[in-house]
Amino acid sequence: MKTSRTASSTLLIGTAKGGFALEGIGRAAKLRGPFLFGAKTHDLRADPRSGRTWLMSSTGGHLGPTIYRSIDRGRTWSEAPHPPRFAPARRKTAAPSVKINFWLEPGHADEPDVWYCGTSPQGLFRSEDGGQTWRGVDGWNRNPAWESWTSFGRDGTPDGPVLHSIQIDPRDARHMTVSCSSGGTFESLDQGGSWRPLNRGVAADFLPNPDAEYGHDPHCMRMHPADPDRWYQQNHCGIYRLDRAARAKTPSWTRIGTRMPKAVGDIGFPIVPHPTDADTVWVIPMDGRAIWPRTSVDGRPAVYMTRDGGRSWRRQDRGLPRSHAYWTVLRQAFTSDAGEPLGLYFGTTSGELWGSRDAGGSWRRLLAHLPRIYSVRWSGR
Amino acid sequence: MSVRVHVGSILHGYTGGASELVAEGATLRDVLSDLDRAHPGLLFRIVDEQGALRPHVKLYVGDRFVRELGTRVSAGATVHVLQALSGG
Repeated sequence: MKTSRTASSTLLIGTAKGGFALEGIGRAAKLRGPFLFGAKTHDLRADPRSGRTWLMSSTGGHLGPTIYRSIDRGRTWSEAPHPPRFAPARRKTAAPSVKINFWLEPGHADEPDVWYCGTSPQGLFRSEDGGQTWRGVDGWNRNPAWESWTSFGRDGTPDGPVLHSIQIDPRDARHMTVSCSSGGTFESLDQGGSWRPLNRGVAADFLPNPDAEYGHDPHCMRMHPADPDRWYQQNHCGIYRLDRAARAKTPSWTRIGTRMPKAVGDIGFPIVPHPTDADTVWVIPMDGRAIWPRTSVDGRPAVYMTRDGGRSWRRQDRGLPRSHAYWTVLRQAFTSDAGEPLGLYFGTTSGELWGSRDAGGSWRRLLAHLPRIYSVRWSGR
Repeated sequence: MSVRVHVGSILHGYTGGASELVAEGATLRDVLSDLDRAHPGLLFRIVDEQGALRPHVKLYVGDRFVRELGTRVSAGATVHVLQALSGG
């Protein structure tokens, strides 16, 4: 579906101190917020189906994680009466508690009120009423392999281990994937009832077994919207592509980041697909050398684009700082619109929002001085 | 038995702005559960889904700091539910 970039376009921004919405494009753009000021907003999304509902994850310093919902484009918010929570322990063993509602994902277009939420630790939750009532997806949360797949919620990001990159096949609501940092990427063909790891070919240089079935660290995984059989992944250990249509029993990922310049490397957090061209994705490399500063390589921020499925990469840094800019762009903080030419937007942990109106050809700072940016999501409604 | 409950400002969004409440119960867990019936959602902001007190919420019975939700409370006691001084 092609949507032009219009004055109704909105960038939803999740920050360490609440949510914001940048409404409109260019000089007429207006920043609204903060919503739920003071609480961490790891994700803030508009429903692409109705255009009406916005959901916002919210983690207060004292009161823990919850989800807020707005049906008037962020003017008023109400808390979900039953936010995500794990089932009580069944045995006399430790059971997880939700620490963060990390990733919000609208369900399939044919299921208009369905949403998914990925949490820290790595739980998966589903709402069937537009984000008000959440239930655990038992096939994942109560899977006998969950403790093994997730290291029982031990290994993860500085904010904790997370389940992210929930992807729904636009052709089939039953076909979905999740990715865990750590744990790897997993696929379900029965809407979450059962799962299998799909990490073959992905490096995990932090594990003793180089051919481990799970335990990997995908930073961001996208089923390409132009070809849901083609998946792209920015991993802790490089950039990968998987062609699912091969129908192999165990499809294998190919490391396409080896074609990145050696001096830049292929480590980063986000990966953004072109809405209509399955050969085109963008990444934002970061320094993944020995001590992992996770900032722009050599203090020179750049976006890299491939237009041939990762066989070659082009640097896009016109307009970005030329030196001493040590940015980190987190996995939800890079997105595209659906305009022609394509718009791209990313937010930094230092609180700047940058945008391109020409598919990355040139960049302009749109906002500065925001809190740490966790997420940037685009809505055309 | 009835006890008085004082809740800190961070919870006023759940109590309609009230800081002084009355609840029934023989233990802290009972008291908080009773409050949740009148103010839905309040309990989950104090206690997580595994029954653990959230780390940055502090409970007092009178002026005694307690972490155990099974702590018994006596009629006429005052329970304080406060936000911890965390983060500097």
